[in-house]
Amino acid sequence: MKHIISILLENESGALSRVAGLFSARAYNIESLTVAPTDDETLSRMTLVTSGTEEIVEQIMKQLNKLVDVVKLIDLTESGHIERELMLAKVQATGNARSEVKRLADIFRGSIIDVTDTTYTIEMTGKGDKLNAFLTALSSITIYEVVRSGAIGICRGEKSLSL
Amino acid sequence: MELTGAEIVVQSLIEEGVEHLFGYPGGAVLHIYDAIHRQDKLQHILVRHEQGATHAADGYARSTGKPGVVLVTSGPGATNAVTGIATAYMDSIPMVVLTGQVPKPLIGNDAFQEVDSVGITRPVVKHNFLIENVEDIATTIKKAFYVATTGRPGPVVVDIPKDITAAKAVFSYPREIKMRSYNPTVKGHPGQIKKALDIILSAKRPMIYTGGGVILSNASEALTEFARTLGAPITNTLMGLGAYPASDKQFVGMLGMHGTYEANMAMHNCDVLIAIGARFDDRVTGNLEKFCPDARIVHVDVDPASISKNVKVDVPIVGDVKQVMDGLNKLLAADKRHLEAGAMESWWQQIEEWRAQDCLKYDRDSDTIKPQYVVEQLHEATKGDAFVASDVGQHQMFAAQFYGFDKPRRWINSGGLGTMGFGLPAAMGVQVAFPDETVACITGEGSIQMCIQELATCLQYGLPVKIINLNNGYLGMVRQWQEFFYDKRYANSVMDVHPDFVALAEAYGHVGIRIDKPEDVRKALDDAVGKYKDRLVFLDFVIDREENVYPMIPAGAGLNEMILV
Repeated sequence: MKHIISILLENESGALSRVAGLFSARAYNIESLTVAPTDDETLSRMTLVTSGTEEIVEQIMKQLNKLVDVVKLIDLTESGHIERELMLAKVQATGNARSEVKRLADIFRGSIIDVTDTTYTIEMTGKGDKLNAFLTALSSITIYEVVRSGAIGICRGEKSLSL
Repeated sequence: MELTGAEIVVQSLIEEGVEHLFGYPGGAVLHIYDAIHRQDKLQHILVRHEQGATHAADGYARSTGKPGVVLVTSGPGATNAVTGIATAYMDSIPMVVLTGQVPKPLIGNDAFQEVDSVGITRPVVKHNFLIENVEDIATTIKKAFYVATTGRPGPVVVDIPKDITAAKAVFSYPREIKMRSYNPTVKGHPGQIKKALDIILSAKRPMIYTGGGVILSNASEALTEFARTLGAPITNTLMGLGAYPASDKQFVGMLGMHGTYEANMAMHNCDVLIAIGARFDDRVTGNLEKFCPDARIVHVDVDPASISKNVKVDVPIVGDVKQVMDGLNKLLAADKRHLEAGAMESWWQQIEEWRAQDCLKYDRDSDTIKPQYVVEQLHEATKGDAFVASDVGQHQMFAAQFYGFDKPRRWINSGGLGTMGFGLPAAMGVQVAFPDETVACITGEGSIQMCIQELATCLQYGLPVKIINLNNGYLGMVRQWQEFFYDKRYANSVMDVHPDFVALAEAYGHVGIRIDKPEDVRKALDDAVGKYKDRLVFLDFVIDREENVYPMIPAGAGLNEMILV
């Protein structure tokens, strides 16, 4: 099963490689990983999407917790949460495709943020599933490039990951 | 007062109570060496190879319980230290390793003797630091010692660029340190401890299985009290030997791949397993599918990640072993319940039947020297009270099986990483800490040659280590596996070309004795600890070439599927 793990870690050089190194050394999966500073400049927040059996994910959480740079972490998938991912897609936009792409982007609530005679670049946010569905809907169109940020997430309600 | 970074490093170590430092100088640490030269509180032991420095500091830490401290230069100094750092990491040994680094402006430029020490050591340390400012040296060293010695201990590397050791700052050493991201749990949960006791007291066939954590936590006395009050059989892992007196009736020997029949059978057949400071290593459990099929398991460990990692447990207790055992003992003493007498009687009867197999028997009438005999005789010659460091291989298993450790911190071996070359420098570190005690190094002609250069260090500092070289002209454990599983094709395990160890020992300024008859074994050992008490003695025992370590659990088998003699 897919798990989204949110981690607050010390904003120090090397912290990212400790996490990445842990995953490679122990042969855990990383589907996606994003990291950026938070409103507290001493902390970074990392969101890591991984998958594995319950036992493996339990080990992943424990091993992450053991890293000295990790301040706090949470498995968002354990309770209500909101998940978002940003995607930029550059597609061919000539002939019939030009209007078809515009229509599909509207349906999926994406926006076209760059236009040339032959291409559109679409920006879209949502859960991974939605982004996948959009790409599937574009199957008859030539896609030049897809960039995805990897998922980020936050707990629903009053629960939060903070110090 | 303003001090240079180098002086701050040295003063910080002194503030930490460090008395001995094992190291090797080089360009990037010249300022620090100069600061060491200009003081007399800290004694520096100059090794002959950085691997020796880390193993020596490791042996020092294992025998004293204090963190071992190492100082090496950048580049090759740091890479040579890596094997010793990894050895300490696998066995959770507290150690602080200071590595020199090229000056900050040169970092990343492929400078002379530059290597990314923090990157290289990352997977084999508990934590590491690269110091970027002279003002941060004292705090970082404080943090390094704090992290290395608390929770589940481990090595910490501190990488110090050369320019920072020349810069100046006001020195003030922090009394205490707090790290928001590092708060190990030491106190066991009272509810869990109570739950554990309920399960333990309901047992009909209880078994206590303890590991290195008991020794690291200085919990031997608490464990002994617990085991005696309970009256249950107890086994120690390779890392845990000495935590419970081997000469006691309740002790059933070491368990695992080369453990005793009675220990492994009792594990396999128990109904409640009490695991304390042990981590269910693959050399202990054998095939996980077949491990302790009938047992409910209580597990005490300071590291939450060790719990239910390999074996799912019923009652986990996260906490420092000593604190948890004290809590458990208190509850047990106040509890009116005890183990059911009838059930315990038949359990012990069964265990005695297994014990009667005499699984460690060997040919005592042999014309050639048996390695087991040498270890037994060493035990007698040293009254079972020596520090015994070992290398890795058959001799390590013979030492573990036959020395019979009654005290903790006397058995010094590389259990997790299995590092050949560990023995001599580790013994050297122990001898530095305990100059008046007998320190033996049980080794083989393969292992000893991996760090033999330290013979010179031993001479320089007058360290009278007794080297027990069990010389069979083979890499014995490799040969044993090749005999069993590769149809006796001894691929590159024959090591009958080696130096004349007696002459070599003498060339290094030590005493060398070759022994090739069983009747000469004891005299040589007595001489080593008597007549040559103050000298390093290299005893080269020419032993039975193809003796095997028994019992043995082959790969993939369960603990009840041992190969006996």
